[in-house]
Parts: sequence; structure tokens; C-alpha cells
Amino acid sequence: MSGLSETFDQIFVTLKHWLLGLLAPVLPESLLSLASVILSLIPIMAIFPGLFAITTVLERKGLGRIQNRYGPNRVGPFGFLQFAADGVKALIKEDLVPRAADKVIHFLAPVVLVIPVFLAYTVLPVGRNMVAVDMDAGVLFFFAVGAGTELAVFMAGWSSRNKYSLLGAMRAIAQMVSYEIPLILSTVTVIMMVGSLSTVKIIEAQSTYHGLLPDWFVFTPWGLAGFILFMISALAESNRSPFDLPEGESEIIAGYFIEYSGFKFALFFLAEYLGMFVISGLGITLFLGGWHAPLESLEVIPSYIWFFTKLIAIIFVLIWIRGTVPRLRMDQLMNFAWKFMLPLVLLNLITAAIWHFMAPGAARWVVSFSIVIGSYLLLGRALFNNQHLSKRTYRYAE
Amino acid sequence: MVGEGIIKGMAETARNFLGSYVSDERLTTVQYPEERDVLPEATRQFPFLVYDGNDPMAGLRCVACQICEKECPPKCICIEKSKDKKPDYVGKPQIYPAKFDIDLSVCMSCQICVEVCPFEAIKMDTEYELSTTDRFGGLLVDKHQLAKPNSHFHQIHPTDANEVDERLAAEKAKFEAKTKADAEAKAKAAAEARAKAASSQTPPVSA
Repeated sequence: MSGLSETFDQIFVTLKHWLLGLLAPVLPESLLSLASVILSLIPIMAIFPGLFAITTVLERKGLGRIQNRYGPNRVGPFGFLQFAADGVKALIKEDLVPRAADKVIHFLAPVVLVIPVFLAYTVLPVGRNMVAVDMDAGVLFFFAVGAGTELAVFMAGWSSRNKYSLLGAMRAIAQMVSYEIPLILSTVTVIMMVGSLSTVKIIEAQSTYHGLLPDWFVFTPWGLAGFILFMISALAESNRSPFDLPEGESEIIAGYFIEYSGFKFALFFLAEYLGMFVISGLGITLFLGGWHAPLESLEVIPSYIWFFTKLIAIIFVLIWIRGTVPRLRMDQLMNFAWKFMLPLVLLNLITAAIWHFMAPGAARWVVSFSIVIGSYLLLGRALFNNQHLSKRTYRYAE
Repeated sequence: MVGEGIIKGMAETARNFLGSYVSDERLTTVQYPEERDVLPEATRQFPFLVYDGNDPMAGLRCVACQICEKECPPKCICIEKSKDKKPDYVGKPQIYPAKFDIDLSVCMSCQICVEVCPFEAIKMDTEYELSTTDRFGGLLVDKHQLAKPNSHFHQIHPTDANEVDERLAAEKAKFEAKTKADAEAKAKAAAEARAKAASSQTPPVSA
């Protein structure tokens, strides 16, 4: 690629090396590596919360338009400074801690929620050569750290000493745990295909272009099924509509973070949205080719622009889904995970294996697609027809 | 097929989203108070008293018959008759209300007072921004605040006002025709009586 586009592409990497060069004569060796780490982390800490701020406004305006109304449109041009108003409100609100609450755990729960989410950003390659830590087991680290969020949800629910908070926390954990399996198994196909857990190598495996479409995994039958299953599980993991029963805004008010106000609530909110971004980012890395452009000719546009374009596109789709689908009930949610998604994701493994071992050509497309679509239709029909929806009968104690 | 409903739903919301930028039907918000909704002609809020001409008190159509006071379901109208009389639209002397109070906080806008008024004196206004800071008497309006000109009635309810005006003009014409006919008949009768009296006063011719 040409010199100018490469300069823009690597501008942040160059900037970091230049800053390190400035600091090298001043700092000893150990502090220099610490400085390098901090310089990698500062953009993450700055950009993703900024994206969070914009997303809250975009979501409210997008949902408003979907619902035939304006979103917020008073603060700033077209309402785009609403996040500043919300931030100020969250900061100056009184921080209420219930008298009966377990103070230490109540205080730590938001912190324990936010830290694993930020940790997960370190293995996400945002652009060419732009990953904070290039781990050999990046995807494994991501999921291990993501499980820490479930602990925080439980801490929040238990320490608030509130029935509804506890109910919300229990439901949230049940939901998150049951959707971990389809989430991880749908990524296992990608890991098998690439042969590595490192996010950088996964993106490298999708870097070629054949014919009309790039070699992203989403353009293969198992990859498409895997991507859809991954995104549905990602919605459930980040407690987002239609899986937002734990924080059901209209039902148990705020579920497990009902007793939190002010800045702690803002931290929960931040962690939820950042979790949504990081898991979408992982989906982009695994299935959508990371920071690669869709066409070879468009590689002149910097890689991080492509990554954020894809991320914003996924965010729009998630907002769209939120505005469309009604909330799933707890039993519907669990049935969906265990009876529908789990068999599909296991069959996806078989599809990927068949794809890998058959010779390239039309035959393997036909076989793989037929397994994917056939299993989806048959399983859907079987589960639908087995629903016994009848008039509710009551048995009274006589 | 599982998920078909979701796809159709997403198509509908997409149509809503994109349509809200181009058509009014998909974005029905009226940003009050910068914009106000256009209300239909038959809108009604609270009653007002109609007066003809320029002087509110002299041209008031109300003759204090108290029918509206009696028919009002929540009894929000309070009328006191006057001691003297003033001429109405045809010229006949009528009593007028010395006090005509409506408590707008009690009024339920049922329009019964308008329907029963025989004199087209009370009609429904369309003003709704009436909030006041006076909790106790702020919404108690008297005769002077209620009196509004016929031109105002024409402005807010043109069809009704035209119809009322036609009817009142027709009645006035009929009344004037009747008084004229009566006057003519009276004059003729008086002339005949005078002629008879004159002819009866001439001495009879003697034989």
C-alpha cells in the first residue's frame, strides 16, 4: 500500500513510538515498559467511553425515530450534548446506600463490573499493529475475563438486601451463564479453522481477497451461522434488549442495580455499554475480518476507520433490534438458549468440520448450507409445534 | 419459520425510522410550545358571552333568562338579573345580567349552556392556555372577562357564526316586518275611525 495511506494507517503507532522515544532517556528500563503499556491504554480509556457517550445519544434518538417521535433534541445541536447533561446529573446525584446493605460489597460491585470489561479491550485489535497486548491466548483471556462480570452482577444483587434486586441478579446470572455456552462454542469454529487463539492471527487468516467477496469468515456457511449465534449470545451476555429482563426497565425497575444511584449507576451503565462494544468488537475480529476493508481497493482507508465503521454498523443493528423486539420472558429466554441455540451451535461445529475436510468447490457450499438451513428450519418447527399453549388451568387446594 | 416475525418487525421499524425523516405521518410530534397543533373548527374549551357592536355591555345578547344556569350540570354559572332594562338586537327592552360568573375550574365543557340558550348569547371559546397562579379565584371569570365581540365568534367558528347571524337577521327582519304591518294596520284603523267619526258628525239631512 502506498506511503501516504500507510502513514495515516500507522499514525497512532508512530505517535506512540515517538513518545516512547522522548521518554527513553528520562526513564529507567522497567518504567519504560510501564510507560509503553500506559500509552497503549490511554486511547482505549479515552475512545471507548467517548463512543459510549455518543451511543447513548444515538440510541435515544434512534429509538425515538423508530417510535415516531424525536429523541432528545434540546441540549446541544440536535440533542447531541445530552450525554454531558446525563453525566453531570449522574455525578451530582446523592449516593444512597441502603442502611441494611453490605457496604463493602455494595461499593465494590460497580468497580468489579467495570474492570474486567476494560481488561477485555486489551486483546482487541483496533487497527493494523494496534492491539494493546498481543496474547497467544487472546480469545481465551477475553472470555475468562468476561466471566468476571457475572460475579459483579451477583455482588450487586446480593449486597443490596432487596428482594427485587436479588431476583434480578439471580435471573441475570442464570441468563449470562446459559448464554456463555453458545457464545463460546460459536467462536470455537473460528478457532478451529485458524488454529490459534490469538486475535491478531485470526484477523491475519481473513486478510485475503478472492473474487467478489473478501475472505472473512462471515461469508462462509458455518461463519454466517456462527456470527448470528454469536451476536444473539452477545446480546444476552450484555443484558441488552430483547434479553434485558434482569434490568427490565418497566418491570422490576432496574433489577440488580436498583439500589444504586448517582455515579455508581453511571458506572453500571458504562459497563453495560462498554461490554456491548467489546463483544461486538470480538465478533468483528472473529467473523467480520477485523480491521480489513471489504474490497481490496478500499485498503487505502486506514484500518482503524474500518474497525470503527463496522463497530458503529453493529451498534446500529443492536439499537434497531432493541426498538423492534419485545422483551423475552425468563423461561422463553432459557428455552431459547438451551433448546435452540445449543443444538444449532453444536451442529455448526460439524458444519465447519465438513467444510474444512471437503475440497473447495460448489459441493461443500451446498452441503454446509443445507446443514445450516435445514437444522434451523427443522429445529424451529419441532420446537414450535411442541409448544403446548392451552388455556391455563388452576388447581386449588381443596 | 422461526424468526420470520422478527424480520418483518425489523422491516417495519426500519420503515418507521427512515420515514420519520421524510413524512409527517411517521413523526407526529408537535413540539409544544414552539409549535401548536391545528385544531378543528368544532373545538371547544370554555364558554364566552357574545356581544354585537362596539360596546360590550350595551350589545350583550344575554337577557339573564337563567336557563343556562339551571341546565349547567356542575352548576358553574352564577347569574344575577339587573333591575333596569336595555334594548336588545331587535330593539325590545330586555333585562340584562348584572352579574354573570363562570367558574372555569368547575366547567366541564359539555356545551349544554350553548345548546339551551334561546338568544345565541353564550358560545364556546377555543382558548386553552388559561393557567393561573392564583389558586382560589384565578379561574373565576366575570361578565367583563367573558364578553367577546361577534367578530371573535366569526373568527373561531365561522360556519356557526354565519348561521347564527343569518338566523338573527331573519328574525329581526320578520320582527320589523311585523311591527311595520302592525303599524300600518293600526294607522289604517285609526284613519278609518277618524273618517267614520267625521262622517258621523255631519248633521243629517232634514226631510
